[in-house]
Amino acid sequence: MTWSQFWAMGGFGGYVWSAYAFTAFIVTVNTVAPLLRRRAVRRQLRRETERGEEGL
Amino acid sequence: MIKYLHKYGAPRRFYAISGRVLPWSAVITVILFVSGLYLGLYWAPPDYQQGDAYRIMFVHVPNAWMSMMAYMALALFAAAGYIWNIRLADILAKCTAPLGASFTLCALVTGSIWGKPMWGTWWVWDARLTSELVLFFLYVGYMAVQASIEDPRRAAHASAIVAIVGVINVPIIHYSVYWWHTLHQPASITLTNQPKIYITMLIPLIVMSLAFMFFYLTMLLVRARNEILVREKDRQWVRNLARKIV
Amino acid sequence: MRGSLLGAMRAVFIRELLLFWRRRTEVANILVFFVIVTTLFPLAVGPERRELAHIAPGVLWVAALLATTLSLNQLFIIDYTEGSLDQMLLSPYPLTALVFAKLAAHWVLTGLPLALLSPLLAIQMALPDKAMGTLVLSLLLGTPILTLIGAIPAALTLGVRGGGVLVSLLVLPLYTPVLIFGAEAVAAAAGQEFAATAHLSLLAAFLVLALAFAPLACASALRVSLD
Repeated sequence: MTWSQFWAMGGFGGYVWSAYAFTAFIVTVNTVAPLLRRRAVRRQLRRETERGEEGL
Repeated sequence: MIKYLHKYGAPRRFYAISGRVLPWSAVITVILFVSGLYLGLYWAPPDYQQGDAYRIMFVHVPNAWMSMMAYMALALFAAAGYIWNIRLADILAKCTAPLGASFTLCALVTGSIWGKPMWGTWWVWDARLTSELVLFFLYVGYMAVQASIEDPRRAAHASAIVAIVGVINVPIIHYSVYWWHTLHQPASITLTNQPKIYITMLIPLIVMSLAFMFFYLTMLLVRARNEILVREKDRQWVRNLARKIV
Repeated sequence: MRGSLLGAMRAVFIRELLLFWRRRTEVANILVFFVIVTTLFPLAVGPERRELAHIAPGVLWVAALLATTLSLNQLFIIDYTEGSLDQMLLSPYPLTALVFAKLAAHWVLTGLPLALLSPLLAIQMALPDKAMGTLVLSLLLGTPILTLIGAIPAALTLGVRGGGVLVSLLVLPLYTPVLIFGAEAVAAAAGQEFAATAHLSLLAAFLVLALAFAPLACASALRVSLD
């Protein structure tokens, strides 16, 4: 089986790859969004503790 | 049992344990996805009826399964949080909702893409797609309640009632939609009710389903850890942790 | 002073009916809404009688469902702002029973008139005469379910901004089985192929389930909202 045969998916390439691409998109969004949020939360926490320690 | 739940349900403990579990479940997720994609897209031979189009099944069916499992999990977490006042359960329920909704959306879109070569049209009121659509609305309603109530405790209780009422209704909705479907299309082709499912289809399907299950677990942990830090930010242990981040 | 539980339930029921006079325009508006929505369909799809008869069961049921959804917003809001809901919560009687009485009164003022009015609109929609009885019966069985299920989101969203739209968002997916059984029953009676009994008994079974659980869930929802 050649690469072009693999991509063609027996003529259904457009359907198969768009379904997999959409799934990959959803999985990526679901991975990236919480990680970005994690960074924001941690940054916020660090800022708040620093401010708290200056006040002491 | 309830005492046990409260002990492990303490967000601080959960934060520590989940920190150790997280790298492992992330690695397992990646391995399962890679091998599942290899098996599904390359190793499994084309179907004699549907050709290569049936490979959409390996993303559609796991997402459809996960959308229902996540809703069950959502209702269980919500019920535990409501009945026994377990804060961690409230957090897990809240973090399950967006994941479950995205599984549902993915099942809908991939199902409709699969439908195009099989039925010749993007949308057919197929029983599975229809009940998936109603499930999507249930997730949206749950998240809307969560978003519209500020106070986290009241939001958790109100959305828990929504989830419990929803989960009692899910089987009724499911069967009513199937019944409605058989009334109107007695002899239609459904996507996955083939006479025989071959072992070469089953193996990639199981691997991909496990991949999505571990993906759910991993992302649930990440989301729950974020939520815990936000809710407990005035506690001493979170402050100590924040000092370590510096 | 503490009377019997049934006495308290009757008192709540009668109070609701008496308060009706104060809000009679609101209740009438819901019926008018039902009439207008159904009237829009012939204007949209054309006056062809066969076509109208074909969509009549669905149109009548969807219109009744939307009218009930619209009425849910007023279900608790007056009692909530006046504080009589707090009184119900503090009373020695179980809240579930009082909620049940209140919902019964609400149905008498909305669902019952909708069901009784429906044959008139069915004539407009060219529904065959033989399906009239089934239409009224299906609405008599179905509208109490709509009230019972709808009361839960209505109770949960008290005091929440944008509560009205939120109620519709929460309640419409839960209404799918009622809509399917109700509209199918009328369609079956209008056509010849199936008997309507199967659909009606499923509707009745669902009603029993809703009667058993919805007042309880609604009372819990009220406790969350008034917390």
